Amino acid sequence: MANPTLHHLQHPGELEEEARAHHHPFLQHHFEDLGQQHEASTLGMWFFVAQEILFFGGVFCAYAVYRVMYPEAWSAGAHHQNWRIGLVNTIVLIGSSLTMALAVWAAQGGKRKLTTLMLVLTLLLGGIFVGVKGFEYREHIHEGLFPGASFTYVHHENPALTPAIQLFMVFYFTMTGLHALHMIIGAGLLLWFIKRAWRGDFGPEYYSPVEIMGLYWHFVDIVWIFLFPLLYLIH
Amino acid sequence: MTTTTVDEAPFIEPEASAPRNYLNDEYGVLSWLLTRDHKRIAVLYAFSVTLFFVVGGIMAFLMRLELLTPEGDLFTSDTYNKLFTLHGIVMIFFFLIPAIPAVLGNFILPIMLGAKDLAFPKLNLLSWYIYMIGGTFGVYVIIAGGVDTGWTFYTPFSTQYSNTHVFAVTLGAFITGFSSILTGLNFLVTIHRMRAPGLTWFRLPLFVWSIYATSVVIMLATPVLAITLALLMIERVLHVGIFDPALGGDPVLYQHMFWFYSHPAVYIMILPGMAVISECVAAFTRKKIFGYKFVAFSSLAIAFLGFLVWAHHLFVAGISIYSALIFSFLSMIVAVPSAIKVFNWTATLYKASVSWQTPMLYVLGFIGLFTIGGVTGLFLGALGVDVHVHDSYFVVAHFHYIMVGGTIMAYLAGIHYWWPKMTGRMYPEWWARLSALLVFVGFNLTFFPQFLVGYVGMPRRYHAYAPEFQVLNVLSTAGATVLAAGYLLPMIYLAWSLKFGRKAGPNPWGAVGLEWATTSPPPKENFHETPVVSWEAYDYPAFLKAMKETQHG
Amino acid sequence: MAHSADHADHVGHAPAHHQAPLVMYFAVFFGLMIFTVLTVVASRYDLGNLNTPIALAIAVIKATLVILWFMHVIHSPRMTWIVVISSFLWLGVLFVLTFSDYLSRGWNIY
Repeated sequence: MANPTLHHLQHPGELEEEARAHHHPFLQHHFEDLGQQHEASTLGMWFFVAQEILFFGGVFCAYAVYRVMYPEAWSAGAHHQNWRIGLVNTIVLIGSSLTMALAVWAAQGGKRKLTTLMLVLTLLLGGIFVGVKGFEYREHIHEGLFPGASFTYVHHENPALTPAIQLFMVFYFTMTGLHALHMIIGAGLLLWFIKRAWRGDFGPEYYSPVEIMGLYWHFVDIVWIFLFPLLYLIH
Repeated sequence: MTTTTVDEAPFIEPEASAPRNYLNDEYGVLSWLLTRDHKRIAVLYAFSVTLFFVVGGIMAFLMRLELLTPEGDLFTSDTYNKLFTLHGIVMIFFFLIPAIPAVLGNFILPIMLGAKDLAFPKLNLLSWYIYMIGGTFGVYVIIAGGVDTGWTFYTPFSTQYSNTHVFAVTLGAFITGFSSILTGLNFLVTIHRMRAPGLTWFRLPLFVWSIYATSVVIMLATPVLAITLALLMIERVLHVGIFDPALGGDPVLYQHMFWFYSHPAVYIMILPGMAVISECVAAFTRKKIFGYKFVAFSSLAIAFLGFLVWAHHLFVAGISIYSALIFSFLSMIVAVPSAIKVFNWTATLYKASVSWQTPMLYVLGFIGLFTIGGVTGLFLGALGVDVHVHDSYFVVAHFHYIMVGGTIMAYLAGIHYWWPKMTGRMYPEWWARLSALLVFVGFNLTFFPQFLVGYVGMPRRYHAYAPEFQVLNVLSTAGATVLAAGYLLPMIYLAWSLKFGRKAGPNPWGAVGLEWATTSPPPKENFHETPVVSWEAYDYPAFLKAMKETQHG
Repeated sequence: MAHSADHADHVGHAPAHHQAPLVMYFAVFFGLMIFTVLTVVASRYDLGNLNTPIALAIAVIKATLVILWFMHVIHSPRMTWIVVISSFLWLGVLFVLTFSDYLSRGWNIY
């Protein structure tokens, strides 16, 4: 269309006719067509991810301030984390990102069973991650490292560092806890998407829900990519 | 060339009987509570924000009663602390931040863009419910005995020492923040992806540019408040030392993180006000806004620069003086785009034939009062001056000039300007003008003395003060009474107009904009046919010509 | 944030869908694994002041891989790039200006 504005001035109502003619079951009525709907939902998820970056970013900033203030305590705190478990969990989570990306690829190609399988794998790997995290939390609690009234840990090499180590543990639990919360919400969404994928909702014309689920999942993965070195690998 | 009165445009006749519109489309409580229609959601918000405004206003009035006398004789200091805290929380989180975006923005923005609804209608409804849940926490806290930390929740008082319902109220604010974020997200996507054919960026009404800038600020600032309040709640519950110096934390870090949001928050509150002002100035001067692109880009500049100045709230909190110097310098710069807007609105008024309908009266009030508020902000941004007036009534007067003399006046301007569009009725002009006068006089009588009394040393957040400040405080309380009357009247006559007001046509002001190209009230899908935009912003002749063609073509 | 007059009107078309080749996803995954191992190895050695910047640099590289390829940003419209870059830029403002206070507290120039 050489001049869309002129064309539509001369043919008022045409957009309505087009929309009515090709009414996809998942086209929402306030959008002109699936293309606009896809662009809107993708952009919307990106804006959501942007504000999540600022949300996690805030606690990363506070973490950074205290790391500069208490470098030894931060190092001692990190040494209390099991980097091997963290490494396994990192591999699991990045693996789930791969399966999620493959789910989007499969949905784009209209491969119903592959899409469903990839989403199920993503959910499984995410579940393993959260399970391992729960195991780590339990260990920390047994060691008296949970902050607050139940914090009984004393740093024998240098007891003066103990209060700052407790502060490290506050950040550890807050940051990984918020991350795990986002994963659990993601898992819930994945269950719903598995149902929709199995039902055959998605195809080359309409796969944006899977894509935006992917955006969310990858973002949660990126948060962990930073959490792992910052909480487990301080020298 | 015919002279057009504001009551009718030359070619559009008021319709004899109300056709099917968004108000009578469906009936029943559930059709309202489960609506996806942005216009109905706007009405839901209108009721809620008005309710919270009244609650916050009552608290203000009680404070002013106490301040009639120098002694703290009406309330105990603990109770007074709770009054100013709750006044701030309710007014900022439950009134000022949502009001113009969620009421006027929700209603008008999609119509201005020629869209059928916002990008995500269900999310819009969810925003309202989230807001109501957060607001419920606020109401619960008020009934359960209040909070006394100040709306700023400074640590470690809020986390370790206060015996009030800090957790509940911060949870309420935390929840309400998500309502704000989702609304901002909705607006951004709608503006980017749902503009009508022909509506290019520089043909957009300036209202849209300002709402866009507001939404950017909301998306980037509010999450930082969310995480800050989350950390505060963690500290309150676990008694750990994130922000408590006794346990190794830094209370100034709390202030940095809190104000990283709360300074941009003041731009969240004023930018929508500026949005309304631009529309009203154009409508009531029948002119294109002077320097359209400058005004558009200044909205974006305010949004960006507003993020760089937050520590001017921390000048005396213990930050390094070098950092304070940087923030003071940046605070000077942020005033520039706001000043550009004021210059451009004023230039638009120059040699214009101005119609002094009620919205325009509020606009004039805004321009003057916002300027005073803004300039006194510059005084406060100057590091040396701030050391003397920080935490005095000078600060209180400054921000009330902006938020009340600015935002609330703009909100009233917008409500009156778009009232015919939203309800299909005109408000009674005489009563409205009287109210505007009462608001203006009452406002200045309330807050100007506060500049004076603050400058000579009266501290804020105190219920007792030195006797020499009494006269100015009595004037201030007298002003508050007049102001209250000015706010009460519109509630009465606007309600009255719903049944008895003169029926309004599609474009009672003869203004330019897609919202005036549809019926009053609009149909549920906003337009019977997708409009196509062939006119530049505020191009009166082109718009009127296009309307004539649609009418008769 | 300048905007040009593109996409003012929206004419009907199917969603733009660039389907990346399958091997790309596995290549990115492989890269992520390499860098994960690298970051663990680097942390076992005492590199003094370089430990933290190296760890952060590796994390940034991994995040970039995820953003560009798993999240398809490399094939996304300009607006997506603006959103991603802006959010990190704003985060940068938070970090830089907050640290401008903390790092200069000990100074005594005058």
